[in-house]
Amino acid sequence: MKGYNFAYLDEQTKRMLRRALLKAVAIPGHQIPFGAREMPLPYGWGTGGIQVTASVIGRGDTLKVIDQGADDTTNAVSIRRFFAKTAGVRTTTRTAEATVIQTRHRIPETPLTDAQIIVYQVPQPEPLYKLEPSRTETRRMHALADYGAMHVKLYEQVARYGQIAISYDYPVMVNGRHLMAPSPIPAFDNPKMHRMKALQLFGAGREKRIYAVPPYTEVVSLDFEDYPFRAGRAPHACALCGDTASYLDEVVTDDRGGRMFVCSDTNHCATRRERAA
Amino acid sequence: MSEALLSGRGLTLRFGTITALDGVDADLWPGEVLAVVGESGSGKTTLLNVLAGRLRPDAGHVWYREPDGHVADVHAMPLPVLRRLHRSDWGFVQQDPRAALRMDVSAGGNVGERLMAAGARHYGHIREEAARWLEEVEIDVARMDDRPSTFSGGMLQRLQIARTLVTHPRVVFMDEPTGGLDVSVQARLLDLIRTLVRRLGIAVVLVTHDLAVARLLAGRIMVMQRGRVVEDGLADQVLDDPRHPYTQLLVSSVLAA
Repeated sequence: MKGYNFAYLDEQTKRMLRRALLKAVAIPGHQIPFGAREMPLPYGWGTGGIQVTASVIGRGDTLKVIDQGADDTTNAVSIRRFFAKTAGVRTTTRTAEATVIQTRHRIPETPLTDAQIIVYQVPQPEPLYKLEPSRTETRRMHALADYGAMHVKLYEQVARYGQIAISYDYPVMVNGRHLMAPSPIPAFDNPKMHRMKALQLFGAGREKRIYAVPPYTEVVSLDFEDYPFRAGRAPHACALCGDTASYLDEVVTDDRGGRMFVCSDTNHCATRRERAA
Repeated sequence: MSEALLSGRGLTLRFGTITALDGVDADLWPGEVLAVVGESGSGKTTLLNVLAGRLRPDAGHVWYREPDGHVADVHAMPLPVLRRLHRSDWGFVQQDPRAALRMDVSAGGNVGERLMAAGARHYGHIREEAARWLEEVEIDVARMDDRPSTFSGGMLQRLQIARTLVTHPRVVFMDEPTGGLDVSVQARLLDLIRTLVRRLGIAVVLVTHDLAVARLLAGRIMVMQRGRVVEDGLADQVLDDPRHPYTQLLVSSVLAA
C-alpha cells in the first residue's frame, strides 16, 4: 500500500521487535520487554500480536487470523485485511495453508507443522499478577524460580471446588524453568503447546512484553500428583459436524432456552463438513 | 568459632545520622531462646532483620552454621540460597500476622505454602500436614478452608506460627509476636510458643519490649540501648540482678501485678 512501509511498522521498530523475539526464543517462557508502538486498533484487540506478526511476516507468507477459534469475526477479519493491505500478503482461513497464524484464545485443532509460526495475542503476560501485585517482586520470583505461590492458587481451587477449576489461561511450566501464562486459551488447548512443532510467539501490547516457546519445547500444565491436569471440554458432539473431540462453543439460538454446541474452530468444522459432503 | 548456630560480629548499621546498630555481637545457640529487649528505637528490630539477612549491615558479619556443619556468611549468600533458607531452615514471625499471611487464601493454603514452595506436589499430603499443624496451634481443623479474614487476632498469630513451623525450621526470628493482643490471648499464645519451641528444639531470636514475655520464654536476654548491647546474660540473672543502670530502670519500670 502506498505511503506505508511493508507490514505497517517501520524497519527500525521491526528490528527492535526481532531482537526481543530472539531473546525470547533463547529463554523459553521468559518475558522480554519491548517498546510497543501505538497501533491502529485499540488495546485488547491484539496490538501485541499484530506487532509480532508484522515483524516476522514476509512477502511469501500466507496469513491466517483466528479470534476465539473463528476466522469470520470482526477482529479476525480486520487484522487479516490489515495485513493484506499493508503487506500485500496472501491470506487464508485454512490452517494447513497458513505459514503465519495470529490467534486470540485458541490453538487450531489441526496440528501445526515446523513450517508454521503461531502468534498469540496476550492481554496479561504475567502469570503471577493476581498473586503478587509488585512487578519487581514477580520478576524476582521468576529469577529465583520461586513458584510456590502458584501452587497455593491451585491448592485453593481443589480446597474450594474439589478440582482445579481454571478453565483458561491455565499456568504452564516451560522447559522446566519458567512459569508462563499461555494467554487466555482454554485449558483444553494446553497439551497442544507441549512439544509443538511450530514456533510459538506471544505478544502483549499494552503490557509491552514478548515471550516465546521454541519448537519441540516441554510445556507442562501445573497440577498436583493426586489431582492431575485434565483438559476439559463440553460433553457434547458438534451440532454441525458431529465431532466429539474438538473444543465446543455453546451458542444461544433463541430467548427460550434454545442452545447448540458447535466447534469453536470454524475452519476445522468446515473442513470436516466438506469431507463428509 | 564456637558451635553457635548463628553469630553476629561487630554489626553496625546507620540510617543517615542515626546509628541503629553500633558494633553489636550476638550468638544464638542451638535450641535456645534469646530475647532482645529494649525500648522502641533501641535497635532491636534492626538487629533481628540484620541477623535474618533481611537488612545488610554497614559493617560486621553474620555467620550461620548449616546442618552439615559448614559455616556460611549470611550476607555473602547468593539471593536464591538465602531465600531457600528463609523458606525452609529459617522462619520469621512478624508482629502483624496480616502482613505475613495471605488474607485471601484459606488457612490450609497459608500453612501449605511453605511446603509447596519447598516442592511438595501431593495435595492430600499437603492437606494432612496443614491439618496437623492447625491442631498443633489449637485451631479447629473445621476452620481449615476458612479465610484468615474471618479469624480473631490471636488465631491469626497462631496461624502464622503454624505456617512458619510447618517446614521444621532450625531458627525462628520473632518480632513482638504477642504485640497488639489482649492479655489472656497473649498468655495462651506464649504458652503455645514455649511448648512448641521446647518440644521441637527450635532456636529462637525473640524481639520484645515486654520483659514479662522475655522472662517467660527466654533462656538468655540481651538488653539494647541506642544501638548497643548494654547487658547480656541468663534471663533470671538479668531480670533479678540487673547490673547496668538502664536495665535496672527497665526492670523497675515493670508494673507489679
